Amino acid sequence: MTPAAPAVRPAAWDNSSSVLDFFKQSAAIAEVELKKLIRDPTELLSRAVQPTLWLVIFGQVFSRVRGIPTGNVTYLAFMTPGILAQSVLFAAIFYGIAVIWERDLGIVQKLLVSPAERSALVVGKAISAGFRGAIQAGIIYLLALVLRIGVRWNPISIAGVLCGVVLGSAIFSTFSLIIACIVKSRERFMGIGQVLTMPLFFASNAIYPLALMPRWLQVVALFNPLTYLVDALRGMMIQGGQNVHGLPVDFSVMGVIFLILASIAAKLYPTLAH
Amino acid sequence: MTDQEQSQSAVQDVAIQAIALTRQFGEVTAVDHIHLQVGHGTIFGLLGPNGAGKSTTIKILTTLLDPTSGAARVAGFDVAKNPREVRRRIGYVPQMLSADGSLTGRENLMLSAKLYGMARADRKERVAEALNFMGISEAGDRLAKTYSGGMIRRLEVAQAMLHRPAVLFLDEPTIGLDPVARWAVWERLRELNERFGMTVLITTHDMDEADSLCSELAILHRGKVSATGKPSELKAALGPEATLDDVFAHFSGGSIHEGGDYRDTRRTRSTASRLG
Repeated sequence: MTPAAPAVRPAAWDNSSSVLDFFKQSAAIAEVELKKLIRDPTELLSRAVQPTLWLVIFGQVFSRVRGIPTGNVTYLAFMTPGILAQSVLFAAIFYGIAVIWERDLGIVQKLLVSPAERSALVVGKAISAGFRGAIQAGIIYLLALVLRIGVRWNPISIAGVLCGVVLGSAIFSTFSLIIACIVKSRERFMGIGQVLTMPLFFASNAIYPLALMPRWLQVVALFNPLTYLVDALRGMMIQGGQNVHGLPVDFSVMGVIFLILASIAAKLYPTLAH
Repeated sequence: MTDQEQSQSAVQDVAIQAIALTRQFGEVTAVDHIHLQVGHGTIFGLLGPNGAGKSTTIKILTTLLDPTSGAARVAGFDVAKNPREVRRRIGYVPQMLSADGSLTGRENLMLSAKLYGMARADRKERVAEALNFMGISEAGDRLAKTYSGGMIRRLEVAQAMLHRPAVLFLDEPTIGLDPVARWAVWERLRELNERFGMTVLITTHDMDEADSLCSELAILHRGKVSATGKPSELKAALGPEATLDDVFAHFSGGSIHEGGDYRDTRRTRSTASRLG
């Protein structure tokens, strides 16, 4: 062991805060989460079950109904981006549980005592949720291949889909973090998480088009971030897929929602240590 | 040094200073007009039964909680006005398990190195040094969840001292540890204090710990400081035969084992079982 410099004014104190620090700190948090994910991928595998059921069973049956106007694509192709968006939502919405767990342990307290930006801690978590979302996308593409769904295989489409999925994951995981900061207990969180997911899913265009909804539901769907994610994915992922709002609108709305949620989360995150 | 810092040089020789520090939770006053002064290089013990306000005080001093009124300065900066500057100069080991079990010891430390803005060139060496200093080099590449309770605590101290803070805070540092592991933690804290001049503040309700580790004590009772002084002074004031247990009982109006609500008890027990 080498005798270190005295405790007074080591180099590490002289760094001032900057945008670069913010990115470094976010990356450090995201990197750690990614490592943990790679080490224990069981959760990812279990998350593959639900979309498989939706596409293989629900999708196959509803393809025969032909009562749902899906333009010039099959119903199965129509719902594929919706199911991707749904699995992104489901993977991200329970993110807060892990944060509450980290709080009960004392990991959150340790992070909050560091000079890292609060927003960097939140954004780092959101990025790591994006990895999970990207893996969900991989699973859906695999299913699409098996079920011979007409997805666009060109790299630009896939890159676009991944961007949408990462942004969507960031939105729902940050939303989940906000709930975690408010309820602060796993039991209460589970209850709220269960209550939220299905309404978000059904009040969106995931498995039926907006045009088919009653007027009031269309209004609700307009305030649902999942609608914009599905819309963006549908425009990019499927051959002949129809995009209702236009990609610039979809991505701008999602971007603004994320910024709002992230700034709320950065304010609330420190209260986890109280 | 800025003008602001210079004008504060009068209080620079004090590592921690609390002036009428108060924190209320609704109707409950957890910390009630506390005055504290901890000189540089002291190992300071904050004693009190569960629920006396130790954890709340340490949370305010480490910037995790804002005071309702009053002020506190740590390492030369006001905790409420300049929390970021305070954070750069302190290390904190929470009572709970703050090491991430699904990361290796080294990865835990690397995360801290990055969050504290340590230069890339220094990180590896500093992390290795810290592991070595705490005597867990061999286990550095094992997942922390395979560590014994004593090793986890040492990893947490390594993480808290990595950036060489001026003040190190530890909330019940040896709770749930066996005597050998406990002794090892004390020995490392003394070394940090002697070699690097680090000021150490611990909370404890263990009189052995207070007696053998701390050079100064403050006893908290129902959110107020009921006594301060060196362990020997506190004992002498009560009589020639007095032990620190007697001092504690005298100033906290009862035995160590009283007090604490359901939540405190649950937290303490779960910490103890995780570390055990």
